[in-house]
This record gives sequence, C-alpha cells and structure tokens, in this order.
Amino acid sequence: MSTRSLAASLSVLMLIGCAATTQTGTSKSPGLGTPVSAAEVARWDISIPPSGAGLPPGSGTARQGLQVYEQKCLACHGAKGAGKPADVLAGGTGSLAGKTPLRTVGSYWPYATTLFDYVRRAMPITNPLSLSNDELYAVTAYVLNINGVIGEDVAMNAQSLPQVKMPNRDGFVSDWPPRER
Amino acid sequence: MGEDRGNRRRFLAQSAALVGGAASGSLAPPGAAQELAAQPWERVYGAPFTGYGQPSRFEASVQRHLVRPYGDLAPGSGAAFAPLESLEGIITPSSLHNIRNHSGTPEIDPKAHRLLVHGLVAKPLMFSVEALLAYPMTTRTHFVECSGNSSRALAPQPAQVPVGAIHGNMSCSEWTGIPLRVLLDEAGLAPSARWLLAEGADSAHMSRSIPLEKALDDALVALYQNGERLRPEQGYPVRLLLPGWEGNMSVKWLRRIKATAEPTHTKDETSKYTDPLPDGRSLQFTFEMGVKSVITRPSSAMALPRPGLYEISGLAWSGAGRIRQVEVSTDGGATWTVASLQGEERPKSFVRFRLPWEWTGKSALLQSRATDEKGRVQPSRKDWAARYAPDMRYHNNTIVSWALATDGKVTHVYA
Repeated sequence: MSTRSLAASLSVLMLIGCAATTQTGTSKSPGLGTPVSAAEVARWDISIPPSGAGLPPGSGTARQGLQVYEQKCLACHGAKGAGKPADVLAGGTGSLAGKTPLRTVGSYWPYATTLFDYVRRAMPITNPLSLSNDELYAVTAYVLNINGVIGEDVAMNAQSLPQVKMPNRDGFVSDWPPRER
Repeated sequence: MGEDRGNRRRFLAQSAALVGGAASGSLAPPGAAQELAAQPWERVYGAPFTGYGQPSRFEASVQRHLVRPYGDLAPGSGAAFAPLESLEGIITPSSLHNIRNHSGTPEIDPKAHRLLVHGLVAKPLMFSVEALLAYPMTTRTHFVECSGNSSRALAPQPAQVPVGAIHGNMSCSEWTGIPLRVLLDEAGLAPSARWLLAEGADSAHMSRSIPLEKALDDALVALYQNGERLRPEQGYPVRLLLPGWEGNMSVKWLRRIKATAEPTHTKDETSKYTDPLPDGRSLQFTFEMGVKSVITRPSSAMALPRPGLYEISGLAWSGAGRIRQVEVSTDGGATWTVASLQGEERPKSFVRFRLPWEWTGKSALLQSRATDEKGRVQPSRKDWAARYAPDMRYHNNTIVSWALATDGKVTHVYA
C-alpha cells in the first residue's frame, strides 16, 4: 500500500519532470516504472557483448566439453558438429567466397562471446538455462576446438573467451547507418 | 432435439412439395410463405450468441502454411505463413498473422511478466504489464515481415504452392502501444547510449541490437493488435514493434531493454540475419525491409475458370515509408499499367493494389512492381541476385512472376 502511494506521488513528480526535460517533445510519462537494484538487474542481464562484460565465473576445456556435447547437443547437432537436423557447427572455413559457402560457428561467427551467450540463453533447446557455468565454458570450448580455433586443453573463462579471435572476425561490413542503394 | 426439428422440417417441406405438385398449389397458393424462395437457414431460428466469434465453418480450409524445419524435435521452431491467397484488404486477421518462432510460443502470465529497462540509463526501471497498460497509447498500422520471407522463391525450381506459402511470412496489423522513447526517457538515457539490446521471454531469449535512432523515432512497445490484446503467438503480453524493419527485431514477449554504447552482436545479428556478399564478406545490420509487392489474385496454384473480366489484386509495402506506385504487367514486363491503390497514405503498411483486367484466353505473364516514396523500385531477380552470395536468403524483395496458361491455370515461374 505504502509503495503504491509512493509510486503515485512519484508518478506525479515524473510527469512534471518529463514534461520539462524530454528531448523528444511528446514523451509525457505517467512514470510507473519501479526502481531496481543492481543485484536484481544482474539476475536479469544475460547478454554478453564481444568485450565479455558480464561473463560469469567458471571455466572449461574442450576435453571436458566433449561429454557435455555428447549428452546435451549431439542428438540435434550431430557428431563433431556435423549437423542435422539442427545447424552444422563445424567446418566450412575458407568456403565463404566460393559457390557453396558453409556458414558454421567456425567459418562464419565473428565472436566467441556470441557462442557462449547463445548456448546459455537458448540451449539445449528443450531445456535452456540448465547448464552450469563450467559446462557452458566447456561446451563452448568444445565447439571452438572442433573448428580448430583453440586447442583441446585451452580453458575458456571470463578472461580467455573474449580474447579468442574467430576466423571470420573481419568478415562483416556494418550497414548501419545505411548506405544509399 | 435439433435433429427432430430438422426431420420435421424436411417432412413438412416434402409434404408441401407433394401436395403442391398434386393439387397445383390449392393448399399453398402463389405467394404463400411456404412457397417463397428461401434457403433452409432462412426457415430456422439462428444460433445463439457466442463470447468470442469464429469464422464460418465453410472457411475452415483457410489456414496458415506451417514450416517446421526440425519436425517433431522442435515443433514450435520455424514459421507459419499467412494464407495471402485467401485474404483481401490490408489487415491480416490476428488468427492468421504470420509467426516466426525460435523456441515455440511461451505461455506468459501477464501478472508475473516484467519489462526491465536498464544499462546506460540514469535509473534502471522495472515495468509490470499493469503499469504499461496505464500509459498513453499510440495506434498505427504496420506490416511485420520476416527478413527471410520469400526465401522459398530462391529455390532452384519455382515452388508450385499458394502465394502465402512463398511470400506469407509477413502480415499487417493495427498495433497499439507506448512509444518506446517514453520508457527510455523515464529511465533517463545516458549520453553514451547509442544502441539498445532487446530480449524476449521465450525460451530462446531471442535478442537483437537496435540503433537508438530507431527507438527514438517510431518504435512501439505494443500491447494490442487489431484492437485486442496481443495474441500469444505475437508476443503477449508485450512486444517491441519496429515499423518497416526486419520482423525478427520486433522482439516478442519483451522482457528486457538494455541501453548500450555498441551493438551486442547476438546470434541473430551475426550468424543469422546477415547478408552474404559474393566476395565472402557479409553485410550486418541491414535493418530496413525493401520496397516490394506481390499479386495475390490470381496467383500460383489458382485457375481462372473462363476468359472475361478479372481484377488483378495484390499487396505492396516498403520499410522506407509509403508506397507511391504499383505497376502491373501481364506480358512479362514488356508493358506496365499503373494500378489503383488503397491504404497508400499509411507508411510502412500494406497497401492493396487493384487493376481490372480482361483476360482474352491467351497465355500471360503477370508481374507487379512497386515504387516507394523514396523513389526505390522493386528489383528484378537478376539485379538482386548479382549483389549477393549464392546462399543469400534474406531481404528477397524481387519481382514475382505468375504464368497464366491458356487453360486458365496459374503457375509460379522465375522470369
């Protein structure tokens, strides 16, 4: 109750505040968002940019990741990332300018952080958000290893993962802001 | 009981016919109610009210075209295409709106759902759905087109399926929601904020980076579709809507918006939704959907029963703004005629084009070509393909061709 009345008085304040300071001119807001603690934000924030900011503690190697892969990934992505029915994960390096490009994690993905981020948020498809941090780093290391990007015993962790240079790191041209076509 | 009543009605009708035939209508004279032209449903009391309406059972065949690349392994991953061949006007019925899902449709309790706005802001804020519903709303009509729409028209051979199964990974609705900039202003964007990361609450936690310019321009946090609350398949209880941009960016089931200095380079803006070029590089962040049109009637897998007057009807749209003109050719592009437009005042919306056409019975090659208000013209297949690597499958806005044979059959052709 008291938080509600506080929110109500805040919203009045916000209304005045926004009307006075907005840059876009039309953005009057009832101000009904509630403040969130940094700790709570951290529980929500699962995105990992190329800098690696936000990577959790933990560590794993490809050798350790093989077991995770065989148990959790192989059924859809095939042995050693060969694919079917889900995406092929390995191979294709050097194929992109040819007649039959093969776009895999190894041949196409520009950042290793994206692999960790995606596996953590969405995989395994039937049981996402279920792997431990060590399992996540290990299976990430495994997929990098089957693409020849890192060695079998190189540990992936919050420090090493952002340092991995993917083969196609420089293969993308940003179209934003857009060129004229 | 209904059956009894039906039997009795049939008995009475048969009796009336027998009597009428035998006695020249002496019992039921001309003009008698029993003799008036009327269908059976005109002689029986209608169905009672229903709380939520359904289409006629005679329209039950109008269904979305389902694409499930992983089969039963991930039955909710893939797409459902709007049956454009059966639809008219501009608005796609919510029940037939296209769907592109990465990990199925989540069942979200709106009381438990939250939207977090954080990152490079003065104060991170959490919004309940109840709070969002209390904000001033904006209503606009916009199409949503999957960036991979029409990729089936890049197959080696033209698919002989209805137009919706090729080009229906798009739809157009009236959307109502909160301008995204209102929520960003409330949180107080830091000067260093240049991008947003938008994330869904599906089990894929689908996420995309969005330039701040778009967020401050016409982005909506949508709560309503075609007058009612969003359908689960369209992001209930709250979704992002980025008018005219790749449908994938209009993140459904919106749970989080993070202001950042740089793009996050998520899986769906690096490994997917990037546009490969012939030299092996790829374009990244090609957000806007190009100017495009397609004839929906007549279209592939249809047949014209006889020569005569027909209306060529279809859809045109552009992510850059309004449609300025749609031209139609019936001779494979040798000559073009300007079609009439309906809804062309709406930017980033479907526009319906129409052209009356007398089919003489000769073979014909039907095409449409749209031009938008920026002067961009829908490209030919050849010109478009020359720009990209052979496996490019996004942003196919090329001219679509339907061949009409002398027997009236319409087939999909590459021209």
